[in-house]
Amino acid sequence: MILYLLCLILFCIGLYGILRKRNLVKIIIGFSIMSYALNLFLVLLGYKFHGRAPIGASDQNIANMVDPLPQALVHTSIVIGLGMTALLIAIAIRIYEKYGTFDITKINKLKG
Amino acid sequence: MSSKTNTGMSLIVKTVTRIVVSVILVFGIYIVAHGHVALGGGFAGGIIIALSFVLLILAFGRNVAVNKISVTLAANLETIGALMFLGIALLGFLKGAFFTNILSKGVPFKLFSAGTISLSNYAISLKVGIGLFSIYLAFVILERYKQGK
Amino acid sequence: MGSINFITLFVVIPLGTAFLMSLVGRFASRRYVSILSVLSCASLLFVSFWALQFLNKTAGNILVYKIGGWMPPFGICFVVDSLTSFMLVLVNTVAFFVCVYSVSYVKKNDDAPKFFTLFFMMLTGINGVVITGDLFNLYVFLEAASIASYALVAFNSEAEELEASFKYTIIGCVASGFILLGIAFLYSYTSTLNMADMSSILATKSSGFVLPFVATLFITGFGLKAALVPFHAWLPDAHSSAPASISAMLSGVLIKTLGIYAMLRILFNIFGIIPVYLSLFMFLGVLSLLVSGVLALSQWNLKRLLAYSSIGQVGYIILGIGIGTPLGILGALFHLFQHSISKSLLFLTSGSIDRAANTLDIRHMSGLKEKMPLTAGANLAGSMSVSGIPPFGGFFSKLIIIVACVQKGFYIYALAAILGSVFTLIAMLKVQKFIFSEETKKEHKDIKKVPFLMQFSMVCLAFICLFAGLLLLPSTRIFFTNAAGVLLGGLNYGHLVLEAAAK
Repeated sequence: MILYLLCLILFCIGLYGILRKRNLVKIIIGFSIMSYALNLFLVLLGYKFHGRAPIGASDQNIANMVDPLPQALVHTSIVIGLGMTALLIAIAIRIYEKYGTFDITKINKLKG
Repeated sequence: MSSKTNTGMSLIVKTVTRIVVSVILVFGIYIVAHGHVALGGGFAGGIIIALSFVLLILAFGRNVAVNKISVTLAANLETIGALMFLGIALLGFLKGAFFTNILSKGVPFKLFSAGTISLSNYAISLKVGIGLFSIYLAFVILERYKQGK
Repeated sequence: MGSINFITLFVVIPLGTAFLMSLVGRFASRRYVSILSVLSCASLLFVSFWALQFLNKTAGNILVYKIGGWMPPFGICFVVDSLTSFMLVLVNTVAFFVCVYSVSYVKKNDDAPKFFTLFFMMLTGINGVVITGDLFNLYVFLEAASIASYALVAFNSEAEELEASFKYTIIGCVASGFILLGIAFLYSYTSTLNMADMSSILATKSSGFVLPFVATLFITGFGLKAALVPFHAWLPDAHSSAPASISAMLSGVLIKTLGIYAMLRILFNIFGIIPVYLSLFMFLGVLSLLVSGVLALSQWNLKRLLAYSSIGQVGYIILGIGIGTPLGILGALFHLFQHSISKSLLFLTSGSIDRAANTLDIRHMSGLKEKMPLTAGANLAGSMSVSGIPPFGGFFSKLIIIVACVQKGFYIYALAAILGSVFTLIAMLKVQKFIFSEETKKEHKDIKKVPFLMQFSMVCLAFICLFAGLLLLPSTRIFFTNAAGVLLGGLNYGHLVLEAAAK
């Protein structure tokens, strides 16, 4: 139970990073922390008490394996997060070329 | 490989990299090939294969890595990996539905079992590995272009 | 194509085209890239009409395709029912015309393969979201479409586009985070990911406070994607800085499928129809109408004005859904159809105005009607349809929504809807006066002629706008009434799908 609450606290820390930080790179780091928290939460959902890893081997029985489906979901989610981070960093590098700064209060040509 | 020019890192890094890069590449291929038996699979193995080339860029400079896999070859290989994956999915039509297994399932826990899962692993590792290497190469080329201007 | 295998073509054709385009574009000239893209969009349009008439011949109006042959609780399935086929026809029609327009709109020759690769990845994601019957599969296709659209907004790499794309990407990532959190909670509560299975489990299980919590997460997440009013801050920047054909796709198709369709599918067919969410929808809808109507009046940038009016029309659709009666949902779905066509048309005309006059500030333009008559006519058709002037289609859809409001007794909401419509009319008339009437300025005396392909898509969309009101005749109204019936059926969706899958 404590573990789930800690995951949600990590999610809120990532969300705080996105909302309140002024540097573009810190916003990207906040997004990474948020995605780690989500993936961790999803994997923890499948845990069974005293379970073992869900890998089949010819000498171990199938009972008391943890749930393998959230692990597949997290695999997909990590890949999607990788693509998103690469795109965000590429956009941030080009913004630095055009505007000369990483500060979001100075990047405001689009107003109104 | 250039140990006398100024690009890349110091001599210690270059010597160690020469030894380690091939081990990393083989380890990556091992993880891809055993995806249906143990941990890993297409994505994880592909990332490790990409990291061996990225290590080449970091230690020796951009030109050495581009001599091994040029930019156009990387882009073509990536698309071929993606088309291979789509082709495997479409081959399932031969047996009824989209994405069905068309090879024999074999004996469990052996290397050549589990049908089309291991073929999909190879296709995905090609796409992901070369894709990550292309992303890193694109950043390095952009940096060179800005410094050269 | 006698069997049911054609359903996978909706995902296979755009995905294959996207992968082939990055290979073909490196070796072949620009002409082959254009031919390949128009060919695949045309084949997608043909397959969507085929799916519509195949569906009407099937008993029970539902088609279930099991991927890999695995039965639904264990495998992913594709479900085509009336709502799905309606959305598929709409998405593929708009995508075809935007693709034809982009063939001459994309400027540099070596940009075209990259543009079309990203465009077809986005189309794969949108088609996949509409067709799928599994909740995590919906998340994967939603991410594929969203990431392609983040890259497309920043396509020409100018300063404003990059800034708008960064804002759009971050807000989109937060939205996807909320949606994934909701899916995680739902999976742990029902231990299945298939939508039909989940709806039959949720019908019998009694919920404590898990369902309202998850519903709030979903309304926040999908509301951020659909740009409802507390969550609308990204839309004016993103839709006004993107290239014109991408603005048309984003505003016409993306916010409606990723935002509205996914939210409706989950909240109506999986959770059941709960009155609290319906009244929340009505409140958010009316708030969107009024806020966007006021904000659109003060804009001097043409595309920003159109983007603000998009927010208001999404509010209309959500208002119609929130009413909950069959007439209300019919009006909302018809308004969704009408607004996709008209708003895409308006963004396409703004693209050709931008190309001709080299500016988007409407204070610097005037009198373009003599030089660009087809563009002016198409813009007039789109504007009249969005504002709701008879005999264009927009009049009928707004009339149905307002009549449904009055029938249920919500007089204040009906009054607010009429007020929002008046604001939209004022904004569109402002565009017409400044750009098209009055004298032509000196610097506009010799603007370039609009290329033929761009004119073709604009004229076709204008014709559909003009005659869309005829789609409400009883012979074709069945098309919309069936789609509304799927939403009103609520939890019945689960039984229908599981029955059809067992055959």
